Amino acid sequence: MKKYDVLVIGGGVVGSAIARELSRYQLKIGVLEKNPDVCLEMSARNSAVLHGGFAYEIGTNKAALCVEGCMEFDEVARELDVPFIRTGKVLVGNTPEDMESLKETLRIGKINGAVGLEIIDEKRLKELVPAVEGSFALLSPMSGILDPFQYTIGLAENAVKNGARYHLMREVTGIHREEDGTYKVETSKEDFRTKWVINAAGLGAVKISEMLGITGYKMGGTRGHYIVLDKAVGDLLPMPVYPVPSTTYMGIHVTPTVEGNVTVGPDADRVTDLANYGVEQHNMDYLVEDASTLWPHIHRKDFIRNYAGIQPTWLDREGPMKDFVIEAREDVPNTVNLIGIESPGLTAALPVARRAVQLLVEREKPEMNSNFDPTRKRIQRFAEATPEEQAELIRENPDYGEIICRCESVTKAEVLDAIHNPLGVETMIGMKYRTRSMMGRCQGGYCQMRIAQLLQEEKGLDVTQVLYAREESELFSGRVR
Amino acid sequence: MNTEKKQVVIIGGGPAGLAAAVALHDLGVKDLLIVEREKHLGGILRQCIHDGFGLTRFKESLSGPEYARRFIDEVEKRNISYITETTVIELTEDRIVRAASKKGLLTWQADAVVLSMGCRERTRGALQIPGERPGGVYTAGVAQSYINLYNTMVGKKVVILGSGDIGLIMARRLTLEGAKVEGVYEILPYPSGLERNVEQCLNDFGIPLHLSHTVTKIHGGRRVEGVTISQVDQERNPIPGKETYIPCDTLVLSVGLIPENELSKMAKVELDSRTNGPRVDASYQTSTPGIFAAGNVLHVHDLVDYVSMEAERLAKGVVDHLKGATSKESCIPVLAGEGITYVLPQQIGDDQEPLLSMRVQRPAENIAVVVRQGEKELARLELEEALPAEMIQILLDPEKIKSDQPMEVYVR
Repeated sequence: MKKYDVLVIGGGVVGSAIARELSRYQLKIGVLEKNPDVCLEMSARNSAVLHGGFAYEIGTNKAALCVEGCMEFDEVARELDVPFIRTGKVLVGNTPEDMESLKETLRIGKINGAVGLEIIDEKRLKELVPAVEGSFALLSPMSGILDPFQYTIGLAENAVKNGARYHLMREVTGIHREEDGTYKVETSKEDFRTKWVINAAGLGAVKISEMLGITGYKMGGTRGHYIVLDKAVGDLLPMPVYPVPSTTYMGIHVTPTVEGNVTVGPDADRVTDLANYGVEQHNMDYLVEDASTLWPHIHRKDFIRNYAGIQPTWLDREGPMKDFVIEAREDVPNTVNLIGIESPGLTAALPVARRAVQLLVEREKPEMNSNFDPTRKRIQRFAEATPEEQAELIRENPDYGEIICRCESVTKAEVLDAIHNPLGVETMIGMKYRTRSMMGRCQGGYCQMRIAQLLQEEKGLDVTQVLYAREESELFSGRVR
Repeated sequence: MNTEKKQVVIIGGGPAGLAAAVALHDLGVKDLLIVEREKHLGGILRQCIHDGFGLTRFKESLSGPEYARRFIDEVEKRNISYITETTVIELTEDRIVRAASKKGLLTWQADAVVLSMGCRERTRGALQIPGERPGGVYTAGVAQSYINLYNTMVGKKVVILGSGDIGLIMARRLTLEGAKVEGVYEILPYPSGLERNVEQCLNDFGIPLHLSHTVTKIHGGRRVEGVTISQVDQERNPIPGKETYIPCDTLVLSVGLIPENELSKMAKVELDSRTNGPRVDASYQTSTPGIFAAGNVLHVHDLVDYVSMEAERLAKGVVDHLKGATSKESCIPVLAGEGITYVLPQQIGDDQEPLLSMRVQRPAENIAVVVRQGEKELARLELEEALPAEMIQILLDPEKIKSDQPMEVYVR
């Protein structure tokens, strides 16, 4: 049985941030992730926006940690080599009621500590985003866009670099406190023993919490749908454009991605099944209709993909929960329990992780890890290099001269780097999030088969072992007879 | 970085690129180069191991690789240079071609460029089919490549959406390899592929074709578990209450091809919103002088034979350009009128002998396709049967073109 000082349950953006922050100390750290990769659920399925912190109730963890995460993101993006642009963001309004609402958002934002907020007129709005429809807006200059896949992968890879171990495809099925005070954590594959358990299970957090013996939390879900548009329209949207928010919901917005695509969404459908990422026709129709009033450049010919994300709605004994819970209860010793980490969890992941780790450090008082290195390099992208740099890359490694994915100009060298990544992953989605191969307009029509072939060769996989995304998502049924 | 001069650089070594190279060589252009990104010449023909190619061009039925071999042999016989495993990543208006290869970045300054990059398949994302995103959804060409080039089976119980030719051929191919094809579903009230493929690939194997039906949902979160099929009305909208659930582990999409013009856009080549390919004149020159296009990059063809023949016709225009005989006064617009989806070329010069290529919008019997300029009828083609799947061509007599009034092609 593998033994750890700390087991983090959940390898999403929050779990991975925790693993990285823990690795600043001399601790034996394990991360249990039920999926074959680290960003397949909430961490991957969101708007990829760095939030300014003006939309959350005054005095909450959400507000404070969001502002903290927003302000420090340049540094972590640099350390972990995460694509990130501080684009700014506008909330666009038209009516006197909209103006009142934006003024209130501005007031709350200022108290929360969100920096640089101002209400701008139509002229200024048109200067910032010429293609937008609206009369005035609240501008949040510190908001930005980031690559959520690279951020999650970056945190995880950096944690591994500093000594943490990831165990993928290990779904936690039971947690038992032993007589010596340690925990036995049972998973779908094997059992682990650990002194500390940190629950960062995201959509599975209530289940894990109950396994730890902490009851009283409940979760419902809201499913939001997104449409991804071709890079052809990317130039028309320099920053995220949101409608005026309601009290419960940010509204359907249009958001540029760091790669130059545009996403449209999300709407909000109440759901009970938190594992179903299915998209319905009426949702997509509604997205187009609603978002077109803000930004009239959403056309079918530019649709390249759609996806859905689940935003949980949390309840405790008092009713709907409005804030992140980060707790270390004395009656359930040696645990840190994270509940309600939804939006702005991506922005606040690192501050959330520091709070969680602090709760352990106060009690455990571990030695510092003097070898901790906060940096990580992502895979060198051929497409982003200048011709001179490209020539140099090929000279150093001829695999940079073999284009595998034509839409995104991803080379064999990059695909091989992704296959041999520090976490170890055997899925097409894993390749996609690391290299952007299969993400372009042909969606893998040209490169998928080459990547599947390389995966088999490099990893020694049988043809039936290549996965699309999750467990049991095999791509092939076997050889041709 | 070294820039090498070339008279003609041909981008893509598939059927269009190969035929253009041979024809150019035969017209005396020796300084030419085919740039191909795959290991071998031949393009998509390499994975088309079924027969039926060459009936028009060679009057015999060849497999894809055999058809390609005819042209590769001609290329080799003439010692025409080609370079494989080399992907063009940049093309400028001034005809600078930059490519990545294991040997390094290669750059050519060409007097003329031939675009012959072919096409790509429409994907699920473009269709926006509702449901989850499990493994087991393939486009027909990808499934074909897995089976024929990688010896890999994609599934056992298959539904095919779209009756495009590759989908029809894959219905037969999957059946021959032991899969059960539950049916082919087509949103239109008529098949999208060639009649002969409906006959030989579906009817001969007892695979049902359901017209006016489409997939309205994909089920399964990991691997496909089934699809919901809906009957559609005349506006192609699903009819409520007319849904059927079909269990399957694989969905193959054969829902259309899109000319692959990313490089063309870099060179400011104007595209036609109907063909999704470049706008050309009768010599197949695009809006960017010295850049020519033929084959599926120009418009999606029904038969590879026509791809080759189009590329052969293109050669003459390239030679004229190289000689400096720029007949760039191609000012007569050619318009697609009633009943015609698109017509090529989009404009012609009054000294050119244009071959008009077009498609009808819907199946029809006993019609005439008429080419008219003002009040004057330039040509007329009587047809007993016309199908959108089948390309129609009309060769115009340049003597008859007298004015620079727009031409219109329509069905009557």
